[in-house]
Amino acid sequence: MSALIKSSLARKMVMALSGLFLVFFLGQHFVINITSVIAPDTFNSWSHFMGHNPLVQFLLQPILIAGVVIHFVMGFTLELQNRAARGVKYVSYKGSANASWVSRNMLISGGVILAFIALHFYDFWLPEITHKYIESHPEDPTRYYAETVHKFEPIWRTVLYIIAFVLLALHLLHGFASSFQTMGINNKYSSAIQTFTKIYAIVIPFGFALIAIYHHLNPITH
Amino acid sequence: MKLSLKVWRQKDAKSKGAMVDYSLEGVEGDMSFLEMLDVLNEQLIDNGEEPVVFDHDCREGICGSCSLQINGEPHGPDRLVTTCQLHMRKFNDGDTIVIEPFRAKSFPVLKDLIVDRSAFDRIQQAGGYISVNTSGNTVDANATPIDKHAADEAMDAATCIGCGACVAACKNASAMLFTSAKVSQYALLPQGQVEATQRVQSMVRQMDLEGFGNCTNTGACEIECPKGISLENIARMNREYFSANLKG
Repeated sequence: MSALIKSSLARKMVMALSGLFLVFFLGQHFVINITSVIAPDTFNSWSHFMGHNPLVQFLLQPILIAGVVIHFVMGFTLELQNRAARGVKYVSYKGSANASWVSRNMLISGGVILAFIALHFYDFWLPEITHKYIESHPEDPTRYYAETVHKFEPIWRTVLYIIAFVLLALHLLHGFASSFQTMGINNKYSSAIQTFTKIYAIVIPFGFALIAIYHHLNPITH
Repeated sequence: MKLSLKVWRQKDAKSKGAMVDYSLEGVEGDMSFLEMLDVLNEQLIDNGEEPVVFDHDCREGICGSCSLQINGEPHGPDRLVTTCQLHMRKFNDGDTIVIEPFRAKSFPVLKDLIVDRSAFDRIQQAGGYISVNTSGNTVDANATPIDKHAADEAMDAATCIGCGACVAACKNASAMLFTSAKVSQYALLPQGQVEATQRVQSMVRQMDLEGFGNCTNTGACEIECPKGISLENIARMNREYFSANLKG
C-alpha cells in the first residue's frame, strides 16, 4: 500500500478524483446561482438551506475546502517534480506543435482560479461566517438575494469574476476530460465523454459570467 | 540547399555544453537528416575539427537508436517517422535548424547529441517480459487462441521502439507512453496474465525511481511518437495498476 501512495499514478488519480469532485460542486453551485436570476425567492430559500443545514455546514463544506486544498497542493507538487524531471531546458521547444495551450498551462489557469477563490471567500464566505458565527445576527432568510446583487455593483469585481470564469473554462477544457483518461477510461465512449466535458467546460463558466453580468446590469435601486 | 545549423556540442557527460553554429552547403532534398549530419561531419573532419557525435544504427526506423530534438520537436517536424527517416525536403533552402539532444534528467547527455537511455532498459527489465522456458519444449505460438482484436492491439503496443521521443516531447519529461506500451503488449495477451499484477507494479515503480515526470495528459507523446503509440495504452496501464494494487 505504501508503494501505491508514493507512486506517480496514485498522485495523478488524486488530482483526477479531487478535480471531478470540484467539477460536480461547480454544477451544484451553478444550479443554485442561476435561481438568483430566474427565481430570487428560490435563491433565498436554497441559500438559507445551504447556510444553515448542519450537514452542509459542518461536513460538506470542510470536505469541499479539503478538496480545493488537496487539488492545489498536489498539482503544485507534481508541477515542481515535472520541472525537475526535464533537467537542462531546451534551447528550442515547440510545445504548440503537439499539445494545446490549455493542457500545457494548467498551473497558470489553476493559479488564477486559486486567486479567484481567495477573492470569492473574501466577498461571500468571510462576511457569511462573520454574520452567523461572530456577530451572531438574527437570521433573515430573505437577505441572500440582495447581498449577492450588491456584490456585483462595482464593475471591477464583475470584470475580475469574468476573467476568472474564462480561466476556469480553459482549466476545465483540459482537466475534466483528462480525469477520465487518468481513471483509465479511454474506449468507444471517449468521444461522447470528450464532447460532454467540453460543453460542460464552456456552459458552466459562461453561465456564471452571465449571472455576474446580469446582476451588475440590474442593481437593486431601492 | 544551403542550411544554417545550430548544434549542441558537449565534450562529455561532466562538461557544460553549448550551441555551436555551422553553415552547410550541398544538402539534397533526398538525403535523410542523418545523411545531412554525415555531410556536416565530413566537412568538420576535412577542416580538422571533431565531428558531431549522434546515435544511429539501422537507419530505417526500426531500431530506436536515433533521437535528436530538431527545431523543438523530437524526430523533427514530420509525423510517424524517426530522425533517420526524416528527409531534408521537409526543409527549405536558407533554413536555420536547431539540433539538440533529447532532454530529461533521466536521459543524461553523454556527448554532443547522444543521451543515455538505459533508464528505459531498466524499466523493461523490471517486468517487461513473460517467464517461459524456451529450451526444448518451445510452445507453438498458435497453440493458444487469441482474439484478433486483442492480438492487433498488443502488436500495436509492441511496435514501440523505445526511442524516447515521448519523454523528449512531454513538457514533464514523463515516460508514461513508453512504460504503458510495454505493459500493454503483455496485458492484452493470455500469456501475459500470469505475471500481470507484479509486472505493472514493478515497471511503474522503476519508472518513478528513474526520475521521469508525471503525465498530465497533454497528448504530446502520442503526436510525436514515430510509431503512433496511442494514449489508450496509458489508460490501460492506469487500469492495470490500480486493479493490481486492489488485488494486493
